[in-house]
Amino acid sequence: MTALQRLFKFNGGVKPAYNKEASTRLPIAVAPTPTLLVIPLHQSIGGMPRPLVKPGERVLKGQRIGGADGNVSSAVHASTSGTVIAVEMRLMPHTSGLSAMCVVIEPDGRDEWIPHGPFDFRNASPTQIHDYLRDSGVVGLGGAVFPSYLKLNPEKQRNLDTLVLNGAECEPYITCDDVLMRERAATILQGALVMRDMLGAGQVLIGIEDNKPEAIAAMEAAAHAVKTAVGESSVKVVSVPTLYPAGGAKQLIRVLTGIEVPHGKRSTDYGVQCFNVGTAYAIFEAIALGQPLISRIVTVAGNVGQPRNFEVLLGTPMRDLIALCGPLPDSDRVIMGGPMMGLRMPDDSVPVVKAANCVLVGSSDLFPPPPPEMPCIRCGECAKACPADLQPFELYWFARAKIFGKAQEYDLFDCIECGCCAYVCPSHIPLVDYYRFAKSEIWARELAKVSSDEARERYEFRMLREEREKQDHAAKLAAKAVARREKAAAAKTDAAKVATTPEQDEKKALIAAALERVRAQKEQIQPENTINLTPEQVAEVAAIETRRAEIREMAKPHVWQDD
Amino acid sequence: MLAALLVMALGAVVLGAALGYAAVRFRVEGDPLVEKIDAILPQTQCGQCSYPGCRPYATAIAKGEAEINQCPPGGDEGIRKLADLLGREFKSLSAEHGIEKPKSVAVIDEQICIGCTLCIQACPVDAIVGASKQLHTVIARQCTGCELCLPPCPVDCISMQAIRESVENWKWKYPVFKINPAQREAA
Repeated sequence: MTALQRLFKFNGGVKPAYNKEASTRLPIAVAPTPTLLVIPLHQSIGGMPRPLVKPGERVLKGQRIGGADGNVSSAVHASTSGTVIAVEMRLMPHTSGLSAMCVVIEPDGRDEWIPHGPFDFRNASPTQIHDYLRDSGVVGLGGAVFPSYLKLNPEKQRNLDTLVLNGAECEPYITCDDVLMRERAATILQGALVMRDMLGAGQVLIGIEDNKPEAIAAMEAAAHAVKTAVGESSVKVVSVPTLYPAGGAKQLIRVLTGIEVPHGKRSTDYGVQCFNVGTAYAIFEAIALGQPLISRIVTVAGNVGQPRNFEVLLGTPMRDLIALCGPLPDSDRVIMGGPMMGLRMPDDSVPVVKAANCVLVGSSDLFPPPPPEMPCIRCGECAKACPADLQPFELYWFARAKIFGKAQEYDLFDCIECGCCAYVCPSHIPLVDYYRFAKSEIWARELAKVSSDEARERYEFRMLREEREKQDHAAKLAAKAVARREKAAAAKTDAAKVATTPEQDEKKALIAAALERVRAQKEQIQPENTINLTPEQVAEVAAIETRRAEIREMAKPHVWQDD
Repeated sequence: MLAALLVMALGAVVLGAALGYAAVRFRVEGDPLVEKIDAILPQTQCGQCSYPGCRPYATAIAKGEAEINQCPPGGDEGIRKLADLLGREFKSLSAEHGIEKPKSVAVIDEQICIGCTLCIQACPVDAIVGASKQLHTVIARQCTGCELCLPPCPVDCISMQAIRESVENWKWKYPVFKINPAQREAA
């Protein structure tokens, strides 16, 4: 029985067709190791990790191949053992169709682990936990891929009373969290308890949408087992009403606790922290087993014969996964994520990354092209549907007119891009596309502003420095001139002075004595090549000496008597 | 009559003193208009506007000595912002000052560089590192793309490279709905 818990509501939301059953019929399968793994270095929010391996190098499963760079960045690891055959630009699972640095590994089939073991976080300092989790590459697996170590910082997050575990999984087609909870509930719970202990949170609330009764039952059984085994009673499994987007962090927190996190604040300011269930599983693996994040559960669904969930090594091409499910012949697109928020992939060769919760195969029959965009009729349906309590129509007008300042004033950045507004829009306006456009324009402008401010500062400093150098130079010249004048004056007075001080006399005497010593030493030394000579040699030396004397005489400047 | 005159005179003196005090106490340092114009300019410090830097150009605009369309790196958008700020009419970029180019950074060919330091002296934002007879290199993040290092280089080893689009700086495009001719016929 579900624990009794007072539930709250968020405004808006929609009820799209869920289409989740098909992929939950079969248990999680382990996807075979592909012939080539392409592991992008940049798989989380924040700085791009720097590559730690070179082509030709042999790597082991779980070996770090990309080191976190900067304060917000997370490591990446080799998903299996093998040989690095390239570190190069490869097509990324990104809408842009652009490439980024990837480590390409040819698996050797041995799947040999790097030595690893549990991490004793209870006796580790916060810094050690921070570094360990950063180097384990654990990031939020709900889709935002925010590095988890930044959220598991007990020093920053005091007075945390609720840890929310997000198992709502509201997006259509995606079932990876559902099957993970059904099959590995106990592990998820262990991970949640580890996180609770790290944060010192009072209770753990596991929010699951009520369209997943099997997952709720499994999690409750696990919670009950923990309760009977160790008397742990702080974990509550809560069934929440099915309403898209109940799985948004702010929405789920609101449903479970009634706390509405306002603009510009974080949930931790109100004592709540939220993690995805997949993240809890990854945390358990990293802490209790010492295994970094090298695989994840991925739903393959949509236009395929047998939709299913797979445990996939990161870096596996999406094409290989789709092939396992028998894609239908009219498939023409691959979407990473679900139909509401997913991103269309440039092609099916892109690898599975930490953010890939679902590989959705599409066709024009399954997802027909949207009808033509019509003018906004000011009906206000979008505002009714918005779960973030924004006014989507205002944002749309400002984004469309490129009045970005106004869009920001209307809290564009509180938009979670859930797509509810576009879903209900009777004019079929792709509202989220406009918001994404406006957001990326604003980011680009802010970056440009930062760099131009820096350039101004550097230019002004250079001007200041040049001015200072000029002054220093002038001052030096002036000082030199003064010194020269003083020297000249001093020389004159010296010449005038006849009497010397006793000190100077003493010095002179010392110098004279030293010179005398040197002269005496020189005289004592006899050149050794002039002793024990035969009479012939003596005669020869004498002859040479006379010649030298003559030459010296000749070389002397002549003194003309006539002058 | 005299009382009225005295009252008025006293009033004038008191108010004058108050105004005089306020002028000293609340004096505005510098010219706020110059600051505002300078904030809009792109800070490349390239001198294409015929002034020795962005700030001198901003000062000239504020004094009314310069037109607002002399800054090629700022482009049309910059001119529009200046026009909005100053209440002037928008003018397209003046051709004699150059054309708007994609943002680029200077790159030194390390095989050719002789370490003469001339480019270091030319860089307005100190974005080139090196020493005499040592290899020079450009700090790409701080290069404004002003091209001032190109002319002094005696061996022409500096080239400008446009900043390529990457996953990090990629921007979502403005939504454009493609009209499908087949759909129109059907409709």
